[in-house]
Formats: sequence, C-alpha cells, structure tokens
Amino acid sequence: MTTDSNNTIKVDCLGETCPIPLVETRKAIRKASPGDIIEVTGDHGSSMKEIPMAVEALGLLLLAVEEKDNHWIIRIKIPEK
Amino acid sequence: MKKMNEKMTIIVHSGDFDKLYSALIIGNGSLAMGMDVSMYFTFFGLQRLKKNQLDKGKLSRMHLLGFGKWMIKRKMKKANVRSLDGLLSDFVELGGKILACDMTMEIMGIKKEDLRQDVITDYCSVGTYVKEAKESVTTLFI
Repeated sequence: MTTDSNNTIKVDCLGETCPIPLVETRKAIRKASPGDIIEVTGDHGSSMKEIPMAVEALGLLLLAVEEKDNHWIIRIKIPEK
Repeated sequence: MKKMNEKMTIIVHSGDFDKLYSALIIGNGSLAMGMDVSMYFTFFGLQRLKKNQLDKGKLSRMHLLGFGKWMIKRKMKKANVRSLDGLLSDFVELGGKILACDMTMEIMGIKKEDLRQDVITDYCSVGTYVKEAKESVTTLFI
C-alpha cells in the first residue's frame, strides 16, 4: 500500500488470488480517512466483481471499475462525514 | 458504517489443513465485506492454535501419507495463495476475534502458554458461542 502525491492510496494486488485483493482493500479502507481515494489494481477475476460488493456493503462510493487488457483498476472513495 | 455490523460466527472443529484454509478464507472475506467475525477454535481445530502447528494438519481427503498435502502446497505456492499464518494475521489485523475453547484445553491438557496467545482474543465455553451465534446472521461449523 502506497500513497501518491494526490493523496490516492494505491493497493497493488497484481498476481494475488482469493481472498487477498478483498483483504488488502479492506486493510486500506480501515486506514483511510474521510475523503480519501483508494485505487486497487489486480488481475484476479472474481475480485473485480466482489470488491464493488464490499464497497456497497461498507457504504462507500464506487468511483470506477476499469477493465484493461490483463488487469483491472477499481477506484473507491471514503465518503466525507 | 453507522449501522451495527452484521455478525458471523465460525466454529473451527477440524484441524485439517484444507478445512482451516476454508475457515480462514471465509473469516477474512466476511471481515472484508464489513461483517464482525468470531472464530471459535475447539477440539482438533484448537490443536492448530498451538505454537507452530497452524499448517501441520493433514488433508481431509487424499492426504496419501503426506504426498497429497505436499502436492497441494506446491500448487498453492505456484498460484500465490497466502499461507495460513498470513491469513491468520490478516484476520486479526482486520479486527476478527479468535476464541479458544477452554474445555478442549482441559481434556487435551493444553495450557495457555502452549497456544498462540498473540492472536487469541479470549478463552470461553459454549455459552459465549451460543450468545454470539444468536446475534449472527450466519454461523458455520467447519
């Protein structure tokens, strides 16, 4: 997990399999503050569907799910109060 | 996250390698989906909470004197599956509770100092489980 200059928290899950993309996303969410953006990159197929489910269950904002050639990027926002 | 989280309780009765994987993956997945999770380790499951015993269980099927397990572990390594130790630390880091059955400790002669006290939240008996299970939307016996 790293944070870039725009305060986006990046979670790299390339090559990781179940349940790690979900778990690492959850760890990042727990550490994030209201207003933060989390960007998860991965290539595990079902996690691309399941991370948005977790985002909904946690009451967070799903900004984007981008599918690229051999990986995906999911952007999540922690709502302001 | 203002509402009360839904709860899941899991009894880990088996000490089998593959069943422990199932239990910890479900536990971690449920925490990741925003649930509260308590895992109750009892009987052969509790044996796995002894120091350095977490991945020492047999395969529930096709163990083949260890050959089956060796093969599965090799395939898991290739697929980059996280170790049981890693999954247990993830579970604790995400706020999951690990409970040890004190009746099992008594009948199997297990002392607190034999166990992974660094991950155990509490020691309890059936009453604590029933109370939590009543409040849970899902309870599993593995």
